Amino acid sequence: MSQKVNMPERDPQIRRKDFKQVNTGYSKEEMLAEAKRCLQCKNPMCVKGCPVEINIPGFIKYLVEDNPSEAMKVLKQKTNLPAVCGRVCPQENQCEKSCILSKKGEAVSIGNLERYAADATSNIEDNIAIKKNGMKVAVVGSGPAGLTCGGDLLKLGYDVTVYESLHDSGGVLRYGIPEFRLPKKVLDIEIEKLKKLGMKIVLNTLIGRTKTIQNLFDEEFKAIFVAVGAGLPVFPKIPGENLNHIYCSNEFLVRVNLMRAFDFPHYDTPVYSGKNVIVVGGGNTAMDSARTAVRLGANSVKLIYRRSEEEMPARREERRHAKEEGVEFITLTNPVNFFGDEKKAVKAVECVRMLLGEPDESGRRRPYEMEGSNYTIDADMVILALGLHPNPILPSLTKGLNTNSHGHIVIDVNYMTSISGIFAGGDIVGGDTVISAMGMGKKAAKAIDNYLKK
Amino acid sequence: MYKIVRKKEIGNKVHNLEIYAPEIAKNAKAGQFVIFRIDEKGERVPLTVAGTNPQECLVRIIFQEAGKSTTHLASLCEGDSIRDFVGPLGHPTVIKHYGTVVAVAGGVGAAELLPVIKELKTAGNKVITIVGARCKDLIILEDELKQESDALLFATNDGTCGVKGFVTDILKEVMDTQEINIVYAIGPVPMMKAVAELTKEKHIETVVSLNPIMLDGTGMCGACRVIVNGKTKFACVNGPEFDAHSVHWDELSSRLNSFKDLEKISFDNFTVRRECKCRKK
Repeated sequence: MSQKVNMPERDPQIRRKDFKQVNTGYSKEEMLAEAKRCLQCKNPMCVKGCPVEINIPGFIKYLVEDNPSEAMKVLKQKTNLPAVCGRVCPQENQCEKSCILSKKGEAVSIGNLERYAADATSNIEDNIAIKKNGMKVAVVGSGPAGLTCGGDLLKLGYDVTVYESLHDSGGVLRYGIPEFRLPKKVLDIEIEKLKKLGMKIVLNTLIGRTKTIQNLFDEEFKAIFVAVGAGLPVFPKIPGENLNHIYCSNEFLVRVNLMRAFDFPHYDTPVYSGKNVIVVGGGNTAMDSARTAVRLGANSVKLIYRRSEEEMPARREERRHAKEEGVEFITLTNPVNFFGDEKKAVKAVECVRMLLGEPDESGRRRPYEMEGSNYTIDADMVILALGLHPNPILPSLTKGLNTNSHGHIVIDVNYMTSISGIFAGGDIVGGDTVISAMGMGKKAAKAIDNYLKK
Repeated sequence: MYKIVRKKEIGNKVHNLEIYAPEIAKNAKAGQFVIFRIDEKGERVPLTVAGTNPQECLVRIIFQEAGKSTTHLASLCEGDSIRDFVGPLGHPTVIKHYGTVVAVAGGVGAAELLPVIKELKTAGNKVITIVGARCKDLIILEDELKQESDALLFATNDGTCGVKGFVTDILKEVMDTQEINIVYAIGPVPMMKAVAELTKEKHIETVVSLNPIMLDGTGMCGACRVIVNGKTKFACVNGPEFDAHSVHWDELSSRLNSFKDLEKISFDNFTVRRECKCRKK
């Protein structure tokens, strides 16, 4: 079996000083060598591992022939955002995990190949013939779920309008994922292609406030897909958490990614650049925050996580990249107190060591505090990446739209909410990754089509 | 793009803008706010809505030049456009028949108070309005406030208009002479805090409109978190109005200073660039 071709990466000592992409992408030769590793299985397990069921051997077959534009046509049958998926999907837990080669050695690098196909064809327009049916569908939220659902409905002939509350589209792909993982230019190209297919994106519109769901129905939208994503950040509820320079990861990342605070004062939005930074959490957002803090010039970035590295939800590659860039992992540790200086800015974090007990409902071992193990770490900036509650604005302002005890919108098997004609997907119904949101957006589009054809 | 249809300087460095935004004009209610961003490089700045004109699709905002963005906005003219304008955000003021309402404003807070007292008056309340400012030049909207109030009282630091002193001096007097059902206050944090301390003694229900640092304004970033009754609340989605007696004022004050140094850099940078432009002329 031939060896897997690794994704070329920039030197950690250089890349930690800028926001340019870390993974530079396969060359043609690398792509061909990797594509040839695919066994073209008759019954491909990888496809079953993909939340949007991309015909993986199908697109790789074209790559073997060095024909990225045909490969792209295969990809576009199932995904509207291949350049994004190829970069940020956790392939190791999905398609690549199911790849037959992974049983004996290393799986085909499906994500890297998908990215190659998308990047190689980025300036080629999608030539998709669409037969318009004249029916209007509204999508609330322009993140991965909304763009996927909207894109699919567009291809099915619907007149799609996407509403976004921020001043730019893309949702978490824009405000959350940093430039060095997903360049905004790549995202812009994908969104531009959807617009060329006829997608209307209306910015600065908070559905519920600027316009209500009822207004949308009054404007003759026949169905509405709600994909408003996560909202309200989780805080640890410990003393001192509101001291200055303690941020929730969302605030820190929105400042840097969406508002481009790394280029302050050229851009107006400021961000504090801590010298001794502590990031709390073990997910991809924690890694993104830690690596961003490194790039803003921190001398030391420590990542604190209450379980062991094995239990971290962050992708293996993100963890490796973070460590290479100098992020220090302090596992089995939890903050219990933040201390401030006379100006009410954080100066130290009191931590406690954790031990792992029996597995909890998530299947991971439950951490508990080791008595008397408290110690203090100096820090002039803390970033809390502890997750988010669902955004409450739209559900609370839409009568009859039911949510569960966590605040997630309740949907049935057809992605329909408690209100007929309103569908929902993504983080607002309990999704947790870009690709799961895209998977839901895709299935919801099918369900909306069935509903409207009745 | 959102067009500035009318512009007027109504006080020393205090500007009144009417911006074309049909949906906000139609849906904004008293107490709600908008977020503006001037251009591609601009920051997102929240401002309480000072009024709407749904027929002409106009939203009225009033602000004082303070930092980079407000100074930049003040330099724009009628016919110019700003890139982003989103709203209405936050919960509207709870308007009902309370009885006697004392409405207190400090500085440009008077602009934000105007739509609130208008609604309160329509709901049948007796409205006593108290406005404080450093000096007479900074008192704005006198005629309009008078029209919506049963009584309008002023306090200035230098005594150039009304009582020499603070709004709390007048409030104390009003509290001593008549029964008050609710107090509504909007303005700088020290003023709102002082009002809250005063009314707490007498157990008079008091509502304040808070102005913490905000970014998205839709509950996502947590920048605007405030402690109310010992619990973390987000001013953008849970507020901006809260029970004055439950707000952790000192923390709000210190959090407002988070970016003071950087804000100064941004402002200095802008004024230097602006001067250069002028010299070229």
